[in-house]
Amino acid sequence: MAFSFMEGNEAISWAAYKAGCRFFAGYPITPATTIFNTMLKLLPPDGGICIQGEDEIASIGFCLGASMAGMKVMTATSGPGISLYSEQISFAIGSEIPIVIVNVQRLGPSTGSATKGADGDIQFMRWGNSGGQPVIVLVPVDIKDCYILTMHAFNLAEEFRCPVFIAANKEVSMTRETIDLSSLTLPKITNRKYAADDTPFQPFAASADCLTPAFQPIGAKHLVRQTSSTHGLDGYITTDSELIAANQERLNTKIKNGADRFTFYEEFMAPGADTLIITYGVTARAAQVAVNTLCQNGHPVSLLVLKTLWPVPSRLIKTKSAPFKQIAVIEMNMGQYVREIKRLSGDKPVKFHGCMNGDLITPAQIREVLINA
Amino acid sequence: MPSFLNAKRPPVFCPGCSHSQVVNALDKTFQNMGLAGEQIVIVSDIGCSGLFDTFFNTHAFHGLHGRALTYAAGIKFARPDLHVIVTMGDGGLGIGGAHVLSTCRRNLDLTLLVLNNFNYGMTGGQCSATTPEEARVGSGFLNRLEKPIDACQVMGIAGAGYVTRASAYTKTLPATLEAAIRFDGFAAVDIHGVCTGRYTKQNKLTPKTIKASLEEMPSLESYSALNARKEYGRHYRETASQLKPVASPHHIETQFEPPRTDDGRSCQKSDFLEEKPDFSGRQEVVIMGSAGQRIITAGEILCLAGITAGQHASQKNDYPITVLRGHSVSELILSEEKIGYTGIETPCAVIALAQEGVNRRRAMFGHLPPETLVIKNKDVDIPSCAGKIVETDFKADRIKSQDWALAALALLAHRNMVISMDMLEAALKIRFKGKVLENVLTLVTLYRTIL
Ligand code: SF4
Repeated sequence: MAFSFMEGNEAISWAAYKAGCRFFAGYPITPATTIFNTMLKLLPPDGGICIQGEDEIASIGFCLGASMAGMKVMTATSGPGISLYSEQISFAIGSEIPIVIVNVQRLGPSTGSATKGADGDIQFMRWGNSGGQPVIVLVPVDIKDCYILTMHAFNLAEEFRCPVFIAANKEVSMTRETIDLSSLTLPKITNRKYAADDTPFQPFAASADCLTPAFQPIGAKHLVRQTSSTHGLDGYITTDSELIAANQERLNTKIKNGADRFTFYEEFMAPGADTLIITYGVTARAAQVAVNTLCQNGHPVSLLVLKTLWPVPSRLIKTKSAPFKQIAVIEMNMGQYVREIKRLSGDKPVKFHGCMNGDLITPAQIREVLINA
Repeated sequence: MPSFLNAKRPPVFCPGCSHSQVVNALDKTFQNMGLAGEQIVIVSDIGCSGLFDTFFNTHAFHGLHGRALTYAAGIKFARPDLHVIVTMGDGGLGIGGAHVLSTCRRNLDLTLLVLNNFNYGMTGGQCSATTPEEARVGSGFLNRLEKPIDACQVMGIAGAGYVTRASAYTKTLPATLEAAIRFDGFAAVDIHGVCTGRYTKQNKLTPKTIKASLEEMPSLESYSALNARKEYGRHYRETASQLKPVASPHHIETQFEPPRTDDGRSCQKSDFLEEKPDFSGRQEVVIMGSAGQRIITAGEILCLAGITAGQHASQKNDYPITVLRGHSVSELILSEEKIGYTGIETPCAVIALAQEGVNRRRAMFGHLPPETLVIKNKDVDIPSCAGKIVETDFKADRIKSQDWALAALALLAHRNMVISMDMLEAALKIRFKGKVLENVLTLVTLYRTIL
């Protein structure tokens, strides 16, 4: 065993590089800036590009242009930057532009506290786009997740041609931790599927067995069209409502149908437990400590840690929670993902504990919630 | 040379709209230059000028309002060989102002055509950044209160090496566009034209008046010399090629056993037994100081020392956004198991070096058990606590303030608490090199003799 010692943000950057990312653009914002710093060291000496945009809108715009020219791209920001990305995110969703967006969440609302953590953007990442079509959101618990989930994020962005968020948190991103890089089981790298060179190219033509259109980069032999307007298969604006409906349906199902394949999670099932804690992100660490103590004290409790939040892993949540009498959701906000859990739990009681004061939720607080459960 | 115009999609502008003239001039330009469609990308903005990409058999990218220059830059970074042409109205010029200025400063080899018709055609003729104060537009009296900008002067001041104005009706437009495209850097052409659908319903503007007004506008001659410099993309690649690749993350091999107490237990606390102050398995250390005391570096060294004994480590730092002033607190955990909760619950050592840091963590002291070692430097006031207090006077020991935290680590190591002296020295060798390493090793050794 040989440990490296680094920040979660550094692990995200190294993983992006490992996944083949050679284009990064971002605007400085605490607590995401160290991703920009690391990418600036990694990419330019290797022929890649790392750019500091004049603002967040430009940064993600650069990424969308470079992605359409065939590069694997990433940007990183925090809540205030996600607000500015919003219109570009809608564009990337609707026009199927692969991009990895790291949201190192900090305490909001608004400017909030630059150096305090929270998980306050969980619904915002899902719904902060016009049109409401789905995105993928992965949530790291620790530095190892920062590395592995970032690699998965690139694979998913390539495969589904959509924005994939890493919903980090200041508490994971700016905490330095040990990581044994040589022991990681890394996912195989996926690249976007290219359309054949020898047949006429339709930029948004998908098939029943692959709902993601095959790609050709801008600058290819085939002329490539990209547009933010409602478009037909040929990438020209359309008013044909049948075509529009089919495309909207495809944008929705291509992500939702894939959900079972990228439902990342961890579980700790305690024999005899009648309560299941469901949580995610850095809070999962306190939850695990609380669960260990409770189990040792003869009060068994089980734990489900979600690492894919969107699309909602409905099947997983239903199956895992079925044997329990009640569910407890713990999150670093005033109650966001608990909405999804409640929706999936039928008559089962769902307790909630949320806190958004800039501090980590402690194991003791979680124990208290459960003991009073 | 055949036309680049898409026969299936003829221009759909209002009758008399000058955008048609520009479409034809651009087609002519591509032909004159002998380009192929796949060498060209038209990046179009929003509004009537946003339709441009659909009329040409070239690559096309139509995005959001005001952001065309951002996509164009991304494409050009990725594919420096492509000719990237941006079409944008005076609306895009206003809403995308920050991008216009930055593009001028950056000097990436893009060509911007501003289709300037002094109003927002598509949304009903509202005023834009170039609407004259005396014009009658769809924004009521509002344009009378604002001064229009001269796009070329703004762009020239912002650093564009090639800025020029032209009438949409001039016969020489293809030659002007060609010169702009051939310019090695960012080039912008402010093309004045007529919006028959909206603007000229209430305002007099004709090819003749455009020509006359262009002639009266200030000269742009000085900007080409003033802003002459290297093209950004090439400059970037040249500079980047001189940079050394970054080394892979450092791996630290396990060399030591962590320190043990007399009864053989490691003096650590477990994640699994958080209620008892029994430091087996997990040890928490908090260093409280002020900016400039290298608190965070010391925290890192403590972690590296733990890692040399095969331990998991975590470090959370707390300091204000401003530098060189205020508190600096580092929270460290070393553990034989994977670290769960990264917050501090029961530290086995607290190092209090400056009042700012202590004030930041006052609440912690009340909960300290008698087993906690509190290293407190002279003149630092700490709230009353149950921990074992060891008072130091680093100043009297002639140690500089920026080395106090390191000296405190040496004190811990000397007591074989949390880390051993071997672990500390190994960590210093990982973290520092050359003269600095010599200095810190001397400090640690010297301090040991003081103790
Ligand atoms: S509204 Fe104005 S700019 Fe738009 S097509 Fe009509 S005349 Fe041209």
